[in-house]
Amino acid sequence: MRKLPAEPPGSQITSPEMFARRREFIKKAGLFAGTSALWGVGLSALSGRGQADKSAVPKVQPAPGWAFQKNNAFVVNEPLTSLTDVTTYNNFYELGVDKSDPAENAGHLRTRPWTVQVKGHVEHEQTLDLDTIIHWFGLEERVYRMRCVEAWSMVIPWLGFPLAALIRRLAPTSRAKYVQFTTLLDETQLPNQKSGVLPWPYVEGLRMDEAMNDLSFMAVGLYGNPLPGQNGAPLRLVVPWKYGFKGVKSIVEIAFVEEQPITTWNQAAPNEYGFYANVNPHVDHPRWSQATERRIGELSRRDTLPFNGYAEQVASLYSGLDLAKNY
Amino acid sequence: MAEATARRGIGLDWLQPAVLTGSLVPFALIAWRAASGALGANPVATALNQLGLLALIFLVSSLMCTPLKLILGWTWPMRLRKTLGLLGFFTALTHFAVYLLIDQGGAVSRVLADVVKRPFIAVGFIALLLLVPVALTSRKDSPKKLGFKVWKRVHQLVYVTAFLAIVHFVLRVKADRSEPYAYGEILGLLFAVRLIDASRKWRAARAKHRA
Repeated sequence: MRKLPAEPPGSQITSPEMFARRREFIKKAGLFAGTSALWGVGLSALSGRGQADKSAVPKVQPAPGWAFQKNNAFVVNEPLTSLTDVTTYNNFYELGVDKSDPAENAGHLRTRPWTVQVKGHVEHEQTLDLDTIIHWFGLEERVYRMRCVEAWSMVIPWLGFPLAALIRRLAPTSRAKYVQFTTLLDETQLPNQKSGVLPWPYVEGLRMDEAMNDLSFMAVGLYGNPLPGQNGAPLRLVVPWKYGFKGVKSIVEIAFVEEQPITTWNQAAPNEYGFYANVNPHVDHPRWSQATERRIGELSRRDTLPFNGYAEQVASLYSGLDLAKNY
Repeated sequence: MAEATARRGIGLDWLQPAVLTGSLVPFALIAWRAASGALGANPVATALNQLGLLALIFLVSSLMCTPLKLILGWTWPMRLRKTLGLLGFFTALTHFAVYLLIDQGGAVSRVLADVVKRPFIAVGFIALLLLVPVALTSRKDSPKKLGFKVWKRVHQLVYVTAFLAIVHFVLRVKADRSEPYAYGEILGLLFAVRLIDASRKWRAARAKHRA
């Protein structure tokens, strides 16, 4: 039989007061941990937004065997913006107003079958299947700079066909002075159309000579694949010398009209967003400067170029026009 | 929770350190996300947005402490008022530092030009400046040194700052103003409570004076 351990000296015995405070200490530690965790998580939830760590995987379907040629007349001598950034940092208010919303909410968009209604001053008003249109022209890749009105920019390899070719084929009459594009209106596919953030459907337009310019492009893909929903699938406009909001997405209607179209952002805030929306470092947005921009993927800012660097191709369209007034 | 423990006699000395510790969580998250590339394609803009909103949340929660005492009789939020206010100031300062040093690359002249030219920037800048005297007079002995009336006037500037911060937020948004408006409504409610309380006190004092 082993001996019992020696009894501890009286000085080492915990006093009843201390014993009671031990419990208090544990309670306080618990309250401290619980409160700081709750407060910390609550604060982070309230203030955290625009993060990509939720669903950063680009939703791109594989190419349906599209053959395309690279058009070497339209290249940018700068590195491309990564596919992840191009497909997770988007403004497509029909899918939510935060930059990460479109990628998260694009799953409801059904991009086939897809038809485009051709209306207005044309030889034949008609409804066209998108794949028919693609078949008419074939596809080419063009690399364009994209400058958002919010002073950030990207370099994107688009896949599509020239708008001028489509317009020639649709044969507008001489009464057509403008071409107007309309986005799909369908709350089930574009859920944020339930909100009244902007007047829906989204409408954009170009003057006829702008639309016929060589740069104006109808995109159906990027990075060699069909457009992801968040980038405006299955058919969108790309006009690289204008701010990004002119690039109307998920187009279902093309109308040839006499009067300047009432375009969505111009209607929502006429003093901030003009019909022309040409990239112009000398004409600031009323609330922020347009002199510089942040290229996505870079930390410091760079100077914004007149007409986003496409002045040579498009400046002549606006000779005699006061660009400060016609912003 | 705090009220109950106070009644049970445990004391509330854990509350302020707990809130202070919890308040560091969003900063740690932003730093960690920035380092791991999880702030998205435009990390500078995202960090600016999150820090700005965080500063506003601290300021509004600091302004919430007194009305909670007035309406519900809770005294424990008063232990947090100063901490939350100072957190608001330091977060706003960080927000401005990120704007000046990273977003604008330290181009002080360009930032100053923006402050003068653009209401959006000017309003945010004034909001930050107004917090400086408040932060400087947040020592325990400040009310005594300044005189309580002056000290109170200085600290009422927090309401002005929070209002300007919300205007700054509204001016930043392109179309969906629901979030800044929600903070504006909360601020308006808190201000209304203070006004009602002040007018009640004033009337009571007048009645006493007459009697």
